[in-house]
Amino acid sequence: MSKSTDQPEMNRREFLGKTIVAATAATVAPGVLLSVAKAGPEQKGVTSDVRWGLLIDTNKCADGCTSCVDACHTENGIDLQEKPEGHSDAMWEQQRVQWIRKVKLQDKLTGEQTNLPLMCQHCEHPPCVDVCPTGASFKRADGIVMVDRHICIGCRYCMMACPYKARSFIHEEVANQLVRAPRGKGCVESCTLCVHRIDDGGTTTACQDACSSEGHNAIVFGDLKDPNSDISKALKEQSSRQIRADLELNTGVRYTNV
Amino acid sequence: MRSSTGIKQLAGLLVGGLLLALSTAVLSESAVTKGSKAADLGACVAPTEEMRRNHMDYLQHDRDLTVHEGIRGVKYSLAECVDCHAGKDEQQKPIPINAPGQFCAGCHEYMAVSLACFQCHRKTPEDKTTSLGDALDDKARAGHSLGLLLDAGQQPMLSPAEFAQLHALIQED
Amino acid sequence: MKKMHYRELWCSSPRYWGGLSLLGFIILIGLGAAFYMEHSGHYVTGMSNQIVWGLPHVFAIFLIVAASGALNVASIGSVFGGPMYKPLGPFSSLLAIGLLAGGLMVLVLDLGRADRLIVAMTSYNFKSIFTWNIFLYSGFFVIVGAYLWTMLDRKVERFKRPVGFAAFFWRLALTTGTGSIFGFLVAREAYDAAVLAPMFIIMSFSYGLAFFILTLISAFWWSGRTLGDVRLAKLKNLLGVFVGSVMYFALVYYLTNLYITQHHGVERFILLEGGIYTIMLWVGQILVGGVIPLFLLYSPAFATSRTAVSTASLLVLIGGFFQLYVIVIGGQAYPMSLFPGKEVIQSAFFDGVVASYVPSLPEALLGFGGIAVSMTLVAVGARMLLVLPETLEDPTDECP
Repeated sequence: MSKSTDQPEMNRREFLGKTIVAATAATVAPGVLLSVAKAGPEQKGVTSDVRWGLLIDTNKCADGCTSCVDACHTENGIDLQEKPEGHSDAMWEQQRVQWIRKVKLQDKLTGEQTNLPLMCQHCEHPPCVDVCPTGASFKRADGIVMVDRHICIGCRYCMMACPYKARSFIHEEVANQLVRAPRGKGCVESCTLCVHRIDDGGTTTACQDACSSEGHNAIVFGDLKDPNSDISKALKEQSSRQIRADLELNTGVRYTNV
Repeated sequence: MRSSTGIKQLAGLLVGGLLLALSTAVLSESAVTKGSKAADLGACVAPTEEMRRNHMDYLQHDRDLTVHEGIRGVKYSLAECVDCHAGKDEQQKPIPINAPGQFCAGCHEYMAVSLACFQCHRKTPEDKTTSLGDALDDKARAGHSLGLLLDAGQQPMLSPAEFAQLHALIQED
Repeated sequence: MKKMHYRELWCSSPRYWGGLSLLGFIILIGLGAAFYMEHSGHYVTGMSNQIVWGLPHVFAIFLIVAASGALNVASIGSVFGGPMYKPLGPFSSLLAIGLLAGGLMVLVLDLGRADRLIVAMTSYNFKSIFTWNIFLYSGFFVIVGAYLWTMLDRKVERFKRPVGFAAFFWRLALTTGTGSIFGFLVAREAYDAAVLAPMFIIMSFSYGLAFFILTLISAFWWSGRTLGDVRLAKLKNLLGVFVGSVMYFALVYYLTNLYITQHHGVERFILLEGGIYTIMLWVGQILVGGVIPLFLLYSPAFATSRTAVSTASLLVLIGGFFQLYVIVIGGQAYPMSLFPGKEVIQSAFFDGVVASYVPSLPEALLGFGGIAVSMTLVAVGARMLLVLPETLEDPTDECP
């Protein structure tokens, strides 16, 4: 209340005026405006002209290799989190955060073994977004499913709804974070497809980089809507599948050879 | 009677003047933490008066831009607050900006306003020279490996026997 | 029929204040436990990224479901015109409000960011059942409060029927909403069943009435008033019908799942091989919460025994608690099937493995704190409002 009496209409008017000017300018000459404003592709904001996704070739995914997982943890500062003092290892294993995990499967009939990394599948129709009471769980225009921690109340309904167990709840105090990946106690989080990289014009994710530098090249990241992107070409060439395709979530992460 | 009123007035004036002087001192540029980057700069991203009054609204507006629209080069960035305003201790190590008496905490404590940003956001400037972008000691990282599948010699999270046992529970159909 | 007089709950001071301070003590411990969990983070609880919702949720859902059921007595009285139930209406509404408040307190204090409750109240996603429930719960307070008012104040008595109807439909919606929290979770095999919503309604009838009978008997004992046998027998028989219906719905729920081949794994787990969950289902839910109460309620040997009715109600509540425990936690413990036809032989995140959950003390204390909040509200409300009839002697001029 004191805030509004302090500074009446002035700021709001100013803000509205600026917005109108900005909007007009953006419609009339976007290119000009953007080059004048702080440079960089990030100024445009996300659009639905792209949809980010991953293609994982399980044949190339090596047994016992965890470089994608380690890279994810370093990239997002998850390894800065420590086990609370005096906490049992067994509980810590169940409570610690994982954005990406390695899973090894065996066919019940044939005995064929498959390795794959599993993370948020960035669904087109994400169940976690449907159930979130505050709208903290949301899908960006470019298809990335994220948690807005500013309004997450930690109810964990999204974790109940996710078919992939892709989300983790932060059970303990987080003493250290990276600037690019803010995170703290009492909120839910999951893979962001390295959104800070994408916003800064990056074209790879940490897990993909790590996989390529190991020489496996099992992970391809790219724009599913661009027919000329590596991922679209690869998807056209070989048959791939979504995990739990029966739920018709149209996942952004696809797998081949599962 | 008269003189006592005069004395009262004088005393009132003196106290008022003192308070004014004190408050000016408190609100003057010296509020910026000594030794921080901001101490050497002329002004913040907006005039000081404006920042004092409106920083919370600016930050809230820009946070939504960043999180939902992916616009990261915003004018009012919390990371830049920290970058400029965090102080350093005698060993030139950065002090968390939400530590008692530091730039953010000092005022927020005085005003009794919750400073929730740093429950999730980083509290010290990031060392941009290293790729990890982290001023933490290496030992903090090396101390606990979070690698998932097991290296040789590492203690397994679930022994094969345990795994088989757990499986037996559900695997029979 | 004699004119009914209502009077505040009045008993000797030590008895009342002693009881109240005991409840207050339990609440304080519960709040302390909540603060401890909130302050340290949820790592001090038994909950994990595998079992996401734990004991506090069982308590909360239990109380919320019972709340809507507790209103049943009032609905029968004024909506369906049952004269024997009519004098019990005000107390029934008060109990409903109390139980809901207790349940919501537990639910809210278990949030990861309970301090952000204001966000939950200002920022909505209307696709979420949780959001609907926020409105259903707050609406319940308003409507039942208004209903209570129409029952207590002669000036607004003419609105009693319409408000009573509204309250009746609102409580059906509320329980459907609570059941749907689980029913709409397509990802988990144990929950993906539409029958959960109606099942929650019938569960609410049963738990709510059991709560009602227990609190009614205690309140009348507390204040030394008389409660007629015929009236109690009516409530008792009704409880028997509800307990039977809950068992029937449980049967339908499990049979439906058994028909779906995809769900055989989870059924086998819950019904046969789930260890603690199987025991809780057969011993807790079916035996303690179903068979024994039915025997106590219908056996001629206990026809007029107050102890039998109280014990049966208590057992119904205990059994109901186990039933929710099996649904909420047992349903999460069974692993989700991500790769049909494949077996997970190695995972860093417990894929394909039954998750373990050991409830911690603070969780339980918070839950009991919630029950104490409900009971305190009822005790204070009954002391201040005219909700309890002076006597519930059996009417003489009426066929029972």
